Amino acid sequence: MMIIASDPLLSSEIGLSVVAVMLLKVVLAFALLMVSVMLVIWFERKVVADMHNRVGPSLAGPWGILQTLADGIKLFFKEDLLPARADRVVFRLAPYLSLVPAFLSFAIVPIGGDFTNGGDGTVSIFGHRTLLQVADPPVGVLLFLALSSIAVYGVMLAGWSSGSKYPLLGSVRASAQMISYEAALGLAMATVFLSSGTLSTSGIVAGQATWNWNLVATGVIPFVIFVIAGTAELNRPPFDLVEAEQELVGGFHTEYSSIRFALFFLAEFMNMITMSAIAVTLFLGGPNGPILIKQISWVWPILWFFLKVLAFLFTFVWLRATLPRLRYDQLMDLGWKLLIPASLGWFLLIAALNIGEDRGWSTFLVVPIGLLVLSLAALLLNGAIKKARDSNINAADLSEISEGTE
Amino acid sequence: METVVFLISAAVILSGALGVILSNNPVHSALFMVQTLFGVAVLFVLLEATFLAAIQVIVYAGAIVILFVFVITLLGVDRAEDLRVEPISGQRPLAVVLGVSIFGIILTVLIAAVGSPTVIQEANIPIGDAADNTKLLGETLFSKQVFSVELTALLLTVAVVGAVVLSTRPKGLLISTLEEQGDDVLDDDLEETGKE
Repeated sequence: MMIIASDPLLSSEIGLSVVAVMLLKVVLAFALLMVSVMLVIWFERKVVADMHNRVGPSLAGPWGILQTLADGIKLFFKEDLLPARADRVVFRLAPYLSLVPAFLSFAIVPIGGDFTNGGDGTVSIFGHRTLLQVADPPVGVLLFLALSSIAVYGVMLAGWSSGSKYPLLGSVRASAQMISYEAALGLAMATVFLSSGTLSTSGIVAGQATWNWNLVATGVIPFVIFVIAGTAELNRPPFDLVEAEQELVGGFHTEYSSIRFALFFLAEFMNMITMSAIAVTLFLGGPNGPILIKQISWVWPILWFFLKVLAFLFTFVWLRATLPRLRYDQLMDLGWKLLIPASLGWFLLIAALNIGEDRGWSTFLVVPIGLLVLSLAALLLNGAIKKARDSNINAADLSEISEGTE
Repeated sequence: METVVFLISAAVILSGALGVILSNNPVHSALFMVQTLFGVAVLFVLLEATFLAAIQVIVYAGAIVILFVFVITLLGVDRAEDLRVEPISGQRPLAVVLGVSIFGIILTVLIAAVGSPTVIQEANIPIGDAADNTKLLGETLFSKQVFSVELTALLLTVAVVGAVVLSTRPKGLLISTLEEQGDDVLDDDLEETGKE
């Protein structure tokens, strides 16, 4: 089909060996993701334990590295409960709506391949040239956005179908949070599309081959917005209101047990890995990096990619151990009043710069004028927010008085 | 190959559409609607309109229907309803008449269109390949169609402003009650709220 045509593997005639290579890639990506989830859960527990001055898991295997496996086996053999008031079909469907998008979105991430010196990032497997990613659709990163919007259904329906109030509250919070931050996430991504001129992940990575990472090309701010919005999209601390134990018991998955709970857990950590991988692809040059020893040149891109992803994973764990949870109104204020306007403004600035380059305007003129317009807009927005807050407080006071004396 | 994909997605779309109107439970209806939207997205991919397919899923499935589900669950109207009850009398026969006439119109247009450009395959070859799709669409939208884009944006803004206006309390009413009550009530209440 046309949708995966930019991979050289599929541009030639599709024979049995091509199908075999494709299958190999799918199986490898699946296995890689599963093993990484296992290690990341262990990594998170170990790092948080270190930050708390505890030992953490230490009994199963060396340094407790097999702890996740033990937990998984335990969950697998536990009794699977179905609440009496649950909507049976939807209750069973929801974990898969979380898990499947988490799997699929990893498919568009290029995990290796040499893009330097005009290389097209392909490697040779059994005599076939192919990209080190399962699929390279022309809409690329939009597929990631589409899948993450499907993942909202998993959380939403899990809470609703449980037939209990705490999961419902958790899922209502979750969907509101995820929809709000998806907008900021998408706008931060759009800035990358502007500077790269393509939606395809391999194209974006190839554009960053000579150390001109999008982190610098888009001016750092979209990166910061992407990481904050991404953390909120993952429901990770400090944005984990979805499963705030003190308020909601366990959040949307309170009624889930056994293997179905494990599926949610798996999806959560897979999303964390995929979000890190997408951030690396979009802003930090993906697998690009210096090739140190020429003889094993295919190893280095993969190594750089994993090191970059690891840095992100560590940051997520670090945030969890450090920051307290936001209040719900703070969460909504941050999303709607700061991140979305900021990302939209920055997007317009980058667009103005691009047009300026096309038309031959002076950059020294475009940047100050753009920043001036942006700060004016920010002032206006700030004034509007202040006015709204004042009149809200007044209205609240007035209504209390009229209710109190009736 | 194309026919097989078309037939499968047509089956998915039609069963989803039937599910929307035949389910007892509003949440199930919303989920069937997502199924229909997915089927349409697959058809877009089949027509090499990959950008439209992605946007279809992001906007319709990811934003609009999730808001439906959100409102349904939040307002507590998520219980199964008896479909045999007619909320407005005479609704059913009227719906049948309307449905049949719309079907008739579409069928007439289709039959009349045989041999006209929309049905001839050569007239429908995509401009450029799938990767150019997004670029061409963007160029058309922001040059030829720029007024309709701006009008749509204005329409959406009006809808948002309208929602805000409808949800705010009428202020004049409150102030008049306040003036009748005098100032000391206001002061007491302000202190109380300050403590909280």
